[in-house]
Amino acid sequence: MIASGARVLLDVRNLSTKVAGVEILKGVSLTVRAGEVHAIMGPNGSGKSTFAKALAGHPAYEITGGEASFDGRNLLDIPAEERARAGLFLGFQYPVEIPGVANAQFLRLAYNTVQGARGKDELDPLEFDDFVRGKMKLLEMDPAFLDRSVNEGFSGGEKKRNEILQMALLEPKLAFLDETDSGLDIDALRIVANGVNRLIGPDNAVVLVTHYQRMLNYIVPDYVHVMEGGRIIKTGGKDLALQLESRGYDWVAKEAVAA
Amino acid sequence: MSAAATHPWLENLLAGRPELPAQPQAWLSRLRAQALERANSLTLPTLRDEDWRFTDLAPLYALALQPAAPAAGAVGMGLEPVIAPEAPARVVFVDGQFVPALSSTRLEGVTVTTLGAALEAHGHLIESHIAQHAAFRDDAFRAINTAHLSDGALVVAPGDAAGSTPIQLVFATTQAGVAVQPRCLIVAAAGSEVTVLEDYVGLHGGVYCVNAVTEIAVGRNAHVRHIRRQQESPAAFHIATCAVRLERDASYKSVSVAVGARLSRYNLNVLQAGEGIHCQIDGLALLNERQLADTHSFVDHARPHGTSRQLHKCVAGGHAHAVFNGRILVRPGAQRTDSSQSSRNLLLSRRAHVDTKPQLEIFADDVKCAHGATVGQLEAEELFYLQSRGMSEPAARALLTYGFAAEVVDRIPIRSVVDALHRAVLKETQATL
Repeated sequence: MIASGARVLLDVRNLSTKVAGVEILKGVSLTVRAGEVHAIMGPNGSGKSTFAKALAGHPAYEITGGEASFDGRNLLDIPAEERARAGLFLGFQYPVEIPGVANAQFLRLAYNTVQGARGKDELDPLEFDDFVRGKMKLLEMDPAFLDRSVNEGFSGGEKKRNEILQMALLEPKLAFLDETDSGLDIDALRIVANGVNRLIGPDNAVVLVTHYQRMLNYIVPDYVHVMEGGRIIKTGGKDLALQLESRGYDWVAKEAVAA
Repeated sequence: MSAAATHPWLENLLAGRPELPAQPQAWLSRLRAQALERANSLTLPTLRDEDWRFTDLAPLYALALQPAAPAAGAVGMGLEPVIAPEAPARVVFVDGQFVPALSSTRLEGVTVTTLGAALEAHGHLIESHIAQHAAFRDDAFRAINTAHLSDGALVVAPGDAAGSTPIQLVFATTQAGVAVQPRCLIVAAAGSEVTVLEDYVGLHGGVYCVNAVTEIAVGRNAHVRHIRRQQESPAAFHIATCAVRLERDASYKSVSVAVGARLSRYNLNVLQAGEGIHCQIDGLALLNERQLADTHSFVDHARPHGTSRQLHKCVAGGHAHAVFNGRILVRPGAQRTDSSQSSRNLLLSRRAHVDTKPQLEIFADDVKCAHGATVGQLEAEELFYLQSRGMSEPAARALLTYGFAAEVVDRIPIRSVVDALHRAVLKETQATL
């Protein structure tokens, strides 16, 4: 929801990045205020995921220009773990499997780390178990997933739900959800979207990186940005998403060139 | 009576052979004499031998080792962490001596005792198995061990033994500068089930050598689970053979973990001497500083319809060196053999290294033999995933390394052992930071 006077959570100006020597982002600018829902859409290879990962601090992405601040702090000169502790969350497009590490253990570790950073109390394994089961119920996740290794053998949809479970546990100020809708059937999509909606409030914000308009029926964006060739080439309201759905992406690029 | 030995290290070692009791069983005297003769005839392995080409024994041969002195006073201080509370029966040897005070050989239905105590009552049984499975003809260390044979652990499970209750065999060393020759014989009668935990532990930081031989005879349709922990002192040398023979429809599942010793070598030989046999042999080596751990496994598919599975993992940090050689033989006629072997290795530092080699000898044509090996470091994507959840890089490395090792540790069916190993793994991974 757009609220006048809401504080700026993320301010990105002219961000450029290289990956393996190839320039992917070529000057991206974006401002996200508390309470807002943004969607970044665009064809494959436009740089949507790169943008999310670069802001989260992925070591493979070299910042070659521009600035980014998160809740008033310079984001680009702090390591990935500090960005997370400061309240930045990335829901991965392809969450990694970690055999040998129980999901419960991993989730508790992540939770306690962020709680610690906020000066709040940590939870012991028993306390955490109650706490996480409550959150899992809201996402209609089988508690059996707690005992399995992190993401190991999870279906695509189950991995995505595990990401949203982490978002629910960590309560970030700003969450980037990278193609969270891919691989989800209608029911799973509904559950995940409800989960995300429940987490959005006046003090935090969400950026949905998505290829398809489908999820935006459930999580209604305030702003829709179209990315192409490493830049944001158009910004509009939620109707833009519907136009993209019926007309594709080509017309946006042509319009941008003509302008 | 000893023949002249050609190698000073060997000569010194053999000079310390224990006396046999007053009325030695004739077969045992003969066996020791044969083993002595072989020990003197064989040359000790060096880097020039194919089977030892990555494992340099020169530092061992430079040591003048003494036989262990008889224990004086209270023994077993420091053994607490090794004792598994789940095991109601336990045989404990300290510095080569059986310690009744620390042992408990009462277990309903299963004979848990020492070779020395059982020689009269079970002489025939022992004679029919000892040195039959772990042949010493071509192996100097097995010959040396057999030449020293006077006592050891004996487990005999009768046919109706139902065995998830573990039996623990502990060989602890408290003296420095000594050589000890532990020996175990485990006989699982047809239809029995038995679980054995075999522990080797050093209770001081000094140098010593353990040269161990274990033989396991698994009868028809018997099922043996075997957990082996090697936690010798960091300066110690540990050389061991475990030879397993399985009859038809039997199974052998083992997990061996090597954490200690400056240099360790584990030979695990499994003979599938009947049809329809299953074996699963998993291993884990956790190495740091300048440790070397060498595992040479051998699964002999002698008959048809056998399956074998092996997951061998090594974590090497510091300047450590992990060696793995996984030999599989599928004999002519061993049709429908289904074998798979996986060697997975994690390097935590630039100086650590791994030598891994599958060795497949396949002489039947209707078989499945899969094998694979990986050597790598922690993946950047995995590290980043954990860092994106607020974990520092060192903490992320430690957690991923723990996860890597845990896959093998979690296959151990004894809770206290799993917990102790989890703690050891965490400690190791933090040590490499």
